[in-house]
Amino acid sequence: MTAAPHSEDDNLPGGPPELLGEFGEFGGRYVAETLMPAVEELARAWPKAWADYTFVDEYRAILRDYVGRPTPLTEARRLPEAVGGGRIFLKREDLNHTGAHKINNCIGQVLLARRLGKTRIIAETGAGQHGVATATACAYFGMPCTVYMGAEDVSRQALNVVRMRLLGAEVRPVTSGSATLKDAINAALRDWVASVADTHYVIGSVMGPDPYPLMVRELQRVIGDEARAQILDRIGRLPDAAVACVGGGSNAMGLFAAFVPDADVKLFGVEATGEGLQGRHAATMAKGRIGVFHGMRSLVLQTDDGQLLEAHSISAGLDYPGIGPEHAHLHATGRARYLGISDREALAATELLARTEGIIPALETAHAIAALPAVIRELGPEAVVIVNVSGRGDKDMHTVMTHLDPATLTLIEEAERGRKAARAAHQAAAGHGGEEALIVDGHELRAEGKEEHERRSGSRDGCVRPGARGEPRRPGRLPDRVRPRSQRLARADLRRL
Amino acid sequence: MLELGVPFSDPTADGPTIQAAMTRALASGATLSGALALAAEVRRRFELPIVLFSYANPLISYGPERLSRETAEAGADALLVVDLPPEHAEVLRGPASARGLGWVGLVAPTTTPARRARVLAASSGFVYAVSLTGVTGAPLDPSDPALHAGLATLRGASSLPIVVGFGVRKAEDVRALAGHADGVVVGSALVEAGQRGPAALGELVKSLRGGTLRA
Repeated sequence: MTAAPHSEDDNLPGGPPELLGEFGEFGGRYVAETLMPAVEELARAWPKAWADYTFVDEYRAILRDYVGRPTPLTEARRLPEAVGGGRIFLKREDLNHTGAHKINNCIGQVLLARRLGKTRIIAETGAGQHGVATATACAYFGMPCTVYMGAEDVSRQALNVVRMRLLGAEVRPVTSGSATLKDAINAALRDWVASVADTHYVIGSVMGPDPYPLMVRELQRVIGDEARAQILDRIGRLPDAAVACVGGGSNAMGLFAAFVPDADVKLFGVEATGEGLQGRHAATMAKGRIGVFHGMRSLVLQTDDGQLLEAHSISAGLDYPGIGPEHAHLHATGRARYLGISDREALAATELLARTEGIIPALETAHAIAALPAVIRELGPEAVVIVNVSGRGDKDMHTVMTHLDPATLTLIEEAERGRKAARAAHQAAAGHGGEEALIVDGHELRAEGKEEHERRSGSRDGCVRPGARGEPRRPGRLPDRVRPRSQRLARADLRRL
Repeated sequence: MLELGVPFSDPTADGPTIQAAMTRALASGATLSGALALAAEVRRRFELPIVLFSYANPLISYGPERLSRETAEAGADALLVVDLPPEHAEVLRGPASARGLGWVGLVAPTTTPARRARVLAASSGFVYAVSLTGVTGAPLDPSDPALHAGLATLRGASSLPIVVGFGVRKAEDVRALAGHADGVVVGSALVEAGQRGPAALGELVKSLRGGTLRA
C-alpha cells in the first residue's frame, strides 16, 4: 500500500458535516456506514491530489499524449442556417480517444486510485461509453477492472461489451430491478461495500456521494477551460451561451464550470423528454422531485411513495432517473436553464449535424444540437453559442437503424404511413409520378442516391428492416428523400420527425 | 424484536435475498402506510419491540413529521435507516426523537473510532453492529476473532445494547455471537425460510431462539 497514512482524526472528513460537498440544498453523502470511511478518505485525498502539481501534471500529460487533448473548437459552417442563425462553435469531445468526454474523468480517477493504493477498479455503465473509457484507463495503467452493466443494456449495446472485454475488463450483467443503468450503479455500490479496502469505484458522472460530483466536475472542466480559452482566442470575447446535454450531467458540468462565474454567459442544459412528458422520459428537471438516491440529495424521478421510476431516453447515456446535485443547484438558483428534447427531435438532429457539418454525433449530443433553434430564437441570430459535442455517434448506429426507416430516414411507422399514402396516390394517378422527381434531381444524383439507398436499406448485408419491407426496389425508382438536401436544410428539419 | 422492512426500489446495502423481497413487495403493492398498519396490528397482539427498517427516500418522501407521528401511533419503537449516516440523520432523527422513537445507528467493521463516536452520539435504543464488510446475507464467519474484538471495543465505547447482524443464518451462528452482543439480527435467512411457507419460518425462528443464551 502506498496510501497516505489514514488519519484517525477524521473529524474533518473534507470539512465539517455542514460542508459535506453540498451544493445549496443538494449533494451530501447518503451512503451506508460501511462506505462512509472510504468516501471520507476520497474527500480528503481528492483536494490534496488536485492541488499537487505532480498529480495534475501527470493527468494533463496523459490527456495530451494519450487522449488527444486539447480537442478542437470547430465553428459550424452550415448548421447556423438550419437553426435560425448564430455563430455556433462545436467543442469536439467526440475526437477524444474512445470517442467521448468520459475518458477525461476515468484517467483522473484511476490515477487517484493508484495514489490511494487501490489495486482494483469497478465501474457502472449504461450505454457502455463510461465502461469502455474505464476499461481503457485500466488497460493503460494495468489495473484489473470490473464493469457492471444492466442486462438490458448488455443486449442493447453488444458492441461496447465486446470493446470492454477486448480491453481486458470483466463485464458483469445486472439482472436486478429494471436491469438498466440505475441497477448497474446499485450493483457497483454493493460490490464496493464488500471490496472497499482495495477497490476504487470510478463513478461516471457528476453524481453519487460527495466528493464525486465535485471531483468529476473538476476532471471534466478541461472541456470548459479549453473552450473558454479557444473562443477568446478566436473571436476575442466570451460566448453568449454554452449548451450541453444532461443525463447525470458530467459533460455539461465540465463545460459550464469554466463559465459559471461569467454572469453574461447563459448556460443551457438539455435533458431527454423521451417519448414526451406524458409518456416515458428522463426529464428529471421538468418532472423530478427532491429525493435521496445513489448517495446524493438531488432531483429524482420517483413515485409519490418515494420509489424510483424507470427513466427512458433513446440515448442510453441520458437514461437516468436522477441528476447531478450541482445541476439541481444551478437550476434552483436560475444560473442554468434546462430544456427538453424528445427522442424524435434527437434523431432528426443527429441527421442534421451529420449533413450540415459532416459530424455524426452521439444521440446524447444530438439533444444539445436539437435545442439550438430554441436557444438562437431566444438570444437572436447574432448570438455566439458553444455546444459540447460530447461524443461521436458510431455507437448509436444500431439504434438509428432500428428507429429510422433506412430509405427515407424518417421514423419507421411514419415512413410506412407515407408509403401507403403514396401508393394510393400512385394508383389513382395510374402510373404517373415517381420517375419525374428523379429526373429533376438529375442523373448524377440518381446514381449516388441509389447507392445510398442500397446501403441504408441494408440490401447488401442481407438484413431486411421492417420499414423496407413490402416495397420492391426497382432501379430508377428511388424515394424522393434520397436527394441530397444540403441546400434546403431548415428549421423544418428539426420538426420533421 | 421485530425488524419490519419498508421496501425501497433501490436497496444498495442489501444482498440478493432482501433486494428480491423488496422488489416482490413493491410489485404486490406494499407501501409505507401498509407497513405501519402491519406494525399496529402486531403491536395489538404482541409485546415485542418493533423497529422500522428502510432507506432514506421512502421515509423522507412520506414527510418526517407524519412518519414520526404515525410510527409512534402504530406502536413501533425505533427507526433504522441504512443510508442515513449521522451527518444526515437529523432530518428524520429529530422528529422521531420528539415522538419518543429510538434512532438505531450502524457501526461497520470499516468504521473509524472518530466515526464510531459520532454514530453512538446519535443513537438511542440500541446500536446495530454490522458483522461484515459487505451487504446483507453475505457469508459470515461468526467465530472470527476480529469480529469478536470489534464487538468488545464497541461494548467499551457505549452503554447502549449491541445488536449484531448481516450474514447470520442459523442457530450455531447465533450461539457463536451470543456472548459478544445483546442481540442478533437475522434477515435474509428468515426471508428465504418464509418463502418456503409459515411452517418453515416458524421452525427456523424456534431453532434460532435455541441459539440464544436465555433460550
